[in-house]
Order: sequence, then C-alpha cells, then structure tokens
Amino acid sequence: MTATAATSSRRRRRLAGAGAVVRRRLMVAVPVLAATSVGMFVLGAASPIDPAQQYAGAAAFTTSEENLAQIRANWGVDDPLPVQYARWVGNLLRGDLGWSTSRHEPVTDVLAARAGWTLLLVGAALALVLAASLLLGTLAAYRRGGWFDRTLRAGAYAVQSMPVFWLGLAAIAVFALALGWLPAGGLTDVTATGTHPADVARHLVLPVTVLAVSQAPWFVLFVRDTVAESLRDDHVLAARARGLPGRTVLFGHALRTALLPFLTLVGTHLPELVGGAVLVETVFSLPGLGAVTVQAALGGDFPLLAATTLATTVVVLTANLLTDLAYAAADPRVRLDD
Amino acid sequence: MTDLALPARLRRPAFRPGIALASVVLVGAVAACLAAPLLWPLDESAVDLARIRLAPSWEHLAGTDDLGRDVAHRSLYGLRVSLLVGAVAAVVAAVVGGLVGTVAATCGGRVDRALMRVVDTIAALPHLLLGIFIVAMLRPSLGAVVLSIGLTHWLSTARIVRAELLSLRTRPFVDAAVAGGASRARVLTRHLLPHVLPRLALATTLMVPHAVWHETALSFLGLGLPPHLASLGNMINDGQRSLLTGAWWASLVPGLLLVAVTLALAALAGRWRDRLDPRVRAELHL
Repeated sequence: MTATAATSSRRRRRLAGAGAVVRRRLMVAVPVLAATSVGMFVLGAASPIDPAQQYAGAAAFTTSEENLAQIRANWGVDDPLPVQYARWVGNLLRGDLGWSTSRHEPVTDVLAARAGWTLLLVGAALALVLAASLLLGTLAAYRRGGWFDRTLRAGAYAVQSMPVFWLGLAAIAVFALALGWLPAGGLTDVTATGTHPADVARHLVLPVTVLAVSQAPWFVLFVRDTVAESLRDDHVLAARARGLPGRTVLFGHALRTALLPFLTLVGTHLPELVGGAVLVETVFSLPGLGAVTVQAALGGDFPLLAATTLATTVVVLTANLLTDLAYAAADPRVRLDD
Repeated sequence: MTDLALPARLRRPAFRPGIALASVVLVGAVAACLAAPLLWPLDESAVDLARIRLAPSWEHLAGTDDLGRDVAHRSLYGLRVSLLVGAVAAVVAAVVGGLVGTVAATCGGRVDRALMRVVDTIAALPHLLLGIFIVAMLRPSLGAVVLSIGLTHWLSTARIVRAELLSLRTRPFVDAAVAGGASRARVLTRHLLPHVLPRLALATTLMVPHAVWHETALSFLGLGLPPHLASLGNMINDGQRSLLTGAWWASLVPGLLLVAVTLALAALAGRWRDRLDPRVRAELHL
C-alpha cells in the first residue's frame, strides 16, 4: 500500500462516524429550529403591529376600514394562530419566504441581493483575525512576560470592553475624517456606476479591520495561552534539544499543537462575529444583511426579520457542525463514532 | 520572611494597582450616578440651539452635542440608565438561568439532557440577532430591552448553577439531610441553594458588563431606549451625526465612560472569581 493510500484510508476511518454525528446533530437542530420558529411566531403574533396598516403605509389614514379588513382577510391575518403558523412554515419549506413589508419586495430577493456582501465582510474579517491572532499570539507566548506580551494583553483587555460600533466611529473619525485616507462608509464611491472590485476593496478596508480588531482579543489571548502551554510540552523540549532553530520549534511544533483547540474557538465565536457584522454594517452603511435586519426591526417587518434570523441560525449551526467534523479529521485521538 | 508560611487567605493580599484603580473608577462612577439627581439635575428635554457642537472647554468639560446639550452631563445620566438597565437585565438573566439550572440538576435524566441540549444550541446562535428580534416584535421600550437581554444571556448561569448543584449533591451533608428524613424540596432550598448563591451572585456580576454592552448596542441601532432619554448607546448614536461635522467628542466621551466602567466592573468581578475558585484562573472570560 502506498503512503497516500494509507493516509486516505486512515482519514476515511477517522470520519467513519461522521454520518452518525450529522444525523445526531440534525435530531437536535431540527427541533431547536422548530422551537425557535414557534417562539418567533408567537412573539410576532403578540406584537402590536398591524400588518395591514403597515402595508398601506401612510395611506392607512385614508383607507377605509373595509379595505383594511379586505387586506387582512386576503392575508389570513385573522385566522387562528396554529393555522397561520402552519401556513408560514409550509411556505418557508417551499422556499417562499414571504413579502417584506419594509422594503416592498419578496424576502428572497432581499436575501439574494444582500447575503453576498455580509459573507464577504465576515469572511474577510475572519481571515484577517485568524492570521493576525496566530502570529501575534505566538510571538507573545514566545517571550512570555516581556514587553510585547504585556502590551498585547493590556490592549486585548481594553479592546474587549469597547463596543464594536464605537470602535467603528473612532476609526471613521481618525482614518476617514482626520487623515482622509479611506472612505467613511458605503460600498462604492457616490459617482461610481457599478461595483468595481478595487473601489469595493478600498471601501471594505475599514469595516473589515474594525470587525477583525473587535473580535481579535479572544483569539489572540487564546492562542497566546495555548502556545505558552505547549511550549512546555515534552515534544517541544525534544525539538529544542535536537538543535532545531527557534522559529521552527515555535511555529512548526508549539503552534501546531495549539491549533486544534483553536478550531473549537473559531466555531463558538462565529455568532459573535455575526452580531458584530450587524453593527459594523450599520456604522459603515454597507448594504449587507445586517443593515437590512436593523431596518426590518425598526419597521417591524416580521417576514424579513424572521427570515434573516432563521437563515443566520441555520448557517451558524452548519458551521459549528463543520468545525466538529474538521476537528475529527485533524485529530486522530477524536473518534466520532463513540 | 515568616509570612510565607501562612496559608494564602491569611496573608495580606498584595497591592495590585490595576485592582485599586478599578475600585476607584467603579466607586466613583456609582457615587456620581447616585449623587447626580441631587447635585446636578438634568432636564431631558432642554435644548440650546445657540450653543451647538461647542468644543470641550471649562464651561462644558466634554463639549456640547448637535442640540446644544452638555455631553459630560448627559453621559453621567446615560451611565446611570445603562448601569441600571444592565443590572436589572442581569438579575432577570440570573433568575431564568437559575431556574433552568435547578430544574435540570434536580430532575436529571431525560429532562436534564434535553434542557442542556437546548442551552448548547441557543448558545450557538447570534444573541444580538435574537435580541434584535425580541425588541423589534415588542416595539423598543425599557421593558423590551430588559427582556431581550434577560432572555439571551441566561445560558452561562444555567450551566454554572447546574454544575454546582450536581457536585454538591454528592457531598456527605446532603446524604445526612436525606437520611434525616428531609424532603426533596427542603434539601434543595435549605441545604443546596444557599451554597449556590455566592456562585450565582458572581455570575450575575460578571453578566452586568455584557448586559450593558447589549443595551448600548440595541440603543445605538435605534432599537433600545427611547431616543430622547440620555443613555450611553443613544448618545453614541446621536454623536454619529455630529461626527461628520467634526464634533468627535459627542461620541467619544460616552464611549470612553462605557469602556472605563465596564472594564473596572469586569476586572473586579474577575478578581472575585479568582479568589472564589483559583482553579479557573486561566479561563479568559472578561
């Protein structure tokens, strides 16, 4: 058997329980999603917002009560709640997410037009925060207690307590208004006719950096602690004793062992990143899902708000599952089938 | 060096400048919040259009905002509101979490597993989005904000209370109480829960900064407290308008105050946890 075949068969064995794990996770995730949707629906039904008046907008003041009643009857707003809930979930499952009352277009169109920008923002920020925290955390662990370590930790604690939107405003004040290096908000220049990659990239520098910086403390401190711990491990000592250069020991041996628990942290921190994206999009007026969610919330737009919340929930749960599978694939000691 | 032989709790604690500073900041902030209505009353609706966006000076220590209101004055009242909302919401979260944790630990078996699975899954959701949803459906108001924080922040408390109860249950004094004929309810309320209370109080205190951040985030988005009310989130949001005309102080000052007070609160609560349980010191949980 060749080496590659042996590796691949070992990996296959490691992921042997993956199907069972996915099935077990679904058995939890589906009831939870159902419960979440019921909870959301009950809240929506208890809310004092009248969808018919909302639909009519300013015209509601001049529209006759019969017309409003007609709209309500058409939408089935006065049906018993279980009937309404069943209809809503049935529509969701068939891919009909409803009509956004705040944006006056189908919810699916809103999601399709906006989700990409949010994914771009979150993805770029995640990549930046991973690269920066692995580098900075490892360096801090190498000279533990030194000036770099102490400065980094103090900075991390300070940033941890700064709200991301305040950090964003500070970044705008300094880099956009005082220095004039970068645009203060939006996705493209006001004069731009289309979305030019270079233009968009320039507009995304500040939001991505702010989102990454606001999430960095948890990652940096975690990497620092785990690397500091693994620097004391026997295999690191052995590598040093063999006379390997410091850089190889640090990044090739100590950081490597610290990477696995880091995967779990990334998984558990994803929700925070999404919450941060909502605030960052609002501060920098980016046309992403977060900004739309806030507008929907301000306008009491149940269909859009429910759709974005449920969609984010599904994405986050899936990402968590993927993290667990990646963990099992990377660590031979983790067995999925038990 | 004779005092090295003393057990840790009898030794005089080392002077820590950070902890001292945090205590001063927190005591000062709370005292200022309590004294403010007596010494420096605020008229929420007062507007002075002749003095808009004045830079910081001796008369207005932190300048004025775009409606001519003194930023330092309003920040103080904003801190008052934010701390109060944060504390009340943290207590709501503690009550919900305490109830769930107690039910899970005492019922055990299937109920316990189901409840903990629910906790794990909700913990995996973006709580800001859930909070936004709750506030949006109940319409923004003080009660909605408190409920939104309380319903999204009880998970860690539930885990702590459950773990604590499960470990206490195996102690001999519980066996003694049961052998003495105490009922389940009596064992729970007279023997177990008093032991959980310090841990619960600590978890609640650690929750206050998180609750304050959640409240400011909601207010900043316009989904929190009524806009005329001076709260830190509302002020940072208002300051966003003045920022573009160069009045950076309107957002900066309430934000700095928020950072200073929550950092002090988190540092002191962290110190409290370290003394309560030295084993978890390595855990990073500001």
